[in-house]
Amino acid sequence: MAKAILPLHVEGLAYRAGEATVLRDVSFRVEAGTRNIVLGPNGAGKSVLLRLLHGLLTPSGGSFLWSDSNVRRVQAMVFQRPVMLRRSARANIEFALQVSGQFAAGEIRQIRRKAGDALQRVGLAALAERPARLCSGGEQQRIALARAWALQPELLFLDEPSASLDPAATRAIEEIIRAMHAAGTTIVMTTHDLGQAKRLAERVLFLHQGRLVEDAAAADFFRQPQSPEAAAFMKGELLW
Amino acid sequence: MVKHFANLTRRFIIGGIATSVLAATPGLPVFAQEKFIVVASTTSTEDSGLFKYLLPIFKAKTGIDVRVVAQGTGQALATARKGDADVVFVHDRVAEQKFVDEGFGIDRREVMYNDFVIVGPQADPAKIAGGKDVLEALKKIAAGAAPFTSRGDKSGTHAAELRYWKQAEIDPQTGRSSWYRETGSGMGPTLNTASAMDAYAFTDRGTWLSFKNRGDLVIVVEGDTRLFNQYGVMLVNPAKHPHVKKELGMQFIEWLTSPAGQAAIAGYKIEGQQLFFPNYKKTG
Amino acid sequence: MSEISQGLAQAFGLVAAADPQLLSIIWLSLAVSGTAVMVAALFALPFGAWLALARFPGRQSLIALLNGMMGLPPVVIGLLIYLLLSRAGPLGPLGILFTPAAMMLAQALLTFPIIAALARQVIEDAWVEYREQLISLNASQWQSAKALLWDMRFTLLTAVLAGFGRAIAEVGAVMIVGGNIDGVTRVMTTAIALETSKGDLALALALGMVLIALVMIINGVAQLIKARAMKQYG
Repeated sequence: MAKAILPLHVEGLAYRAGEATVLRDVSFRVEAGTRNIVLGPNGAGKSVLLRLLHGLLTPSGGSFLWSDSNVRRVQAMVFQRPVMLRRSARANIEFALQVSGQFAAGEIRQIRRKAGDALQRVGLAALAERPARLCSGGEQQRIALARAWALQPELLFLDEPSASLDPAATRAIEEIIRAMHAAGTTIVMTTHDLGQAKRLAERVLFLHQGRLVEDAAAADFFRQPQSPEAAAFMKGELLW
Repeated sequence: MVKHFANLTRRFIIGGIATSVLAATPGLPVFAQEKFIVVASTTSTEDSGLFKYLLPIFKAKTGIDVRVVAQGTGQALATARKGDADVVFVHDRVAEQKFVDEGFGIDRREVMYNDFVIVGPQADPAKIAGGKDVLEALKKIAAGAAPFTSRGDKSGTHAAELRYWKQAEIDPQTGRSSWYRETGSGMGPTLNTASAMDAYAFTDRGTWLSFKNRGDLVIVVEGDTRLFNQYGVMLVNPAKHPHVKKELGMQFIEWLTSPAGQAAIAGYKIEGQQLFFPNYKKTG
Repeated sequence: MSEISQGLAQAFGLVAAADPQLLSIIWLSLAVSGTAVMVAALFALPFGAWLALARFPGRQSLIALLNGMMGLPPVVIGLLIYLLLSRAGPLGPLGILFTPAAMMLAQALLTFPIIAALARQVIEDAWVEYREQLISLNASQWQSAKALLWDMRFTLLTAVLAGFGRAIAEVGAVMIVGGNIDGVTRVMTTAIALETSKGDLALALALGMVLIALVMIINGVAQLIKARAMKQYG
């Protein structure tokens, strides 16, 4: 049995793209079972931070240390735009399960069942056979979440998952995130939407221009932000 | 995963259908069930339509499918030399003899002859129409620098044409950039060019009779016995190429030189005119 | 110019009469080119997908080479295959020279670069969209390639059709390796060449028009299937 990958220690993380420094000197810890929101204006480096931790980008400096090296298999990520294969909703989830390595080649029935359960949990059982690309944006994002949930990840990254969705779809997404957290998944999510952060955060990491400016419990942060940038952001004055 | 297998299955089914379809198609030797031989012959013989007439008769009698690959004489002999044909059927005695002497061909038999003619524009700038002397005609064409298209492709016809120029003691290459045009192609394309250019040309009667794009051209010189064109057939030497179908090939050669085959050759006519004159004589 | 109207009239006449010789020539053309393209696609699609996703030194040169091979002269391919398949050549004992099998081989080689190069482009473009999600899901390079090949199947169909168009339209390769044998290896293009060389231009034109119509119909049907499927699957 693999050990848990959390807590995660991030130490002096930096990322440069060409001439520009996108992230610099970012350090923090992520504990298991927490809901962490990475907050900040556009261009703060939130998406880059997530991609670095998930392994999609290579850091230019600094390091991060998982508590177990077998990281890849127990993480999942949901992007702002859901990327669906040209197949049914259910088949998309089955694909993820197949390539995850969690199942042997012959265990088709288990895979089908898990996929069906995942769709059930997000309330999309009726759309199981529907071509995923023909579903609405909100439905596709829920399928993406179901896909991630089926993998039973220890850690779920979400990069502005509801930025392109209407309020009703956003609510549905947030409910699913809460449900996944309740089932034991640690959440690390970016958003520039203050309301969403207030609704979902237990802990806030506030980024501004590539720096981790503030790192606090949500209750503290929203009652009284310590840094001037965060305060300005809360007042709607810090746009980038 | 199920989709994946469904995919593979679909592809195999399509592949299976394709294969069965190909196997069922007549004439397609996918599984090589028929008896057949490959005969290297010339484009002029093929273009004359002789094979279309003759081969069904042979097949009805023996069940053997004769597959004719029609090329220029030079290419046909090269094909046979490499062993890609079982029988050779061309009309260039000198080249054929060389082929036998080099050991690539055996049992050469003379089968039939047709004749060459000179065609030219009705306006007849070289004033040779109605003549019966091929050498005279060529001399007049060269003297008057009248446009003349040659095959220039090492075929039997081309070789014959060059022999007549030589006998007339003329080197046509002197007119290479003006009146003597080499097309480097078969009889049909050369006649096409002559028709378009209103030029003289040297052709076998068979191709001429089936040629449909004559334009302004007519036969201007014919009947000179020197214009007779001898066809020979031989088996590719199995000693050099063991895979040659000796029995089937010899059946074809025997039939061509049998009374029945010779009569069939004589029976081929275009516009009521006989094209090929059987002349096989058993020697020794 | 009258040949064109003659040819047109003859074309209709041939089709209406369902001339059996014409039908067997058409059938052979479709069978040879169709099989060649299917075999080529079987190898070219995975190869193109692999090339799109793999990273190694010299990759750009390989891509340039593959793209360049799309313009290979058919007659040169024909000559090379002929030298290979001749009894005097290394593959002589196969005995497939002057048979449809040789024609399929030559055309498969001709169309491989087209399908592979187009597939490479299509998959590489798709990779931009799918890359992060597929890496996130832990898909191996081969699993990603398969997923993308299936996802881009409609666009790839166009690439395969491009290959088919090239195959059924070429004359140089099939003439040399097939020998244009009446009833055995005579296809539409070699028949057209033959009739032209015999001076029967009207018949040659008629055959040409039938060939064009055939290709247009096939492309039209494929387009319909594609449009319907895209609506269904998104």
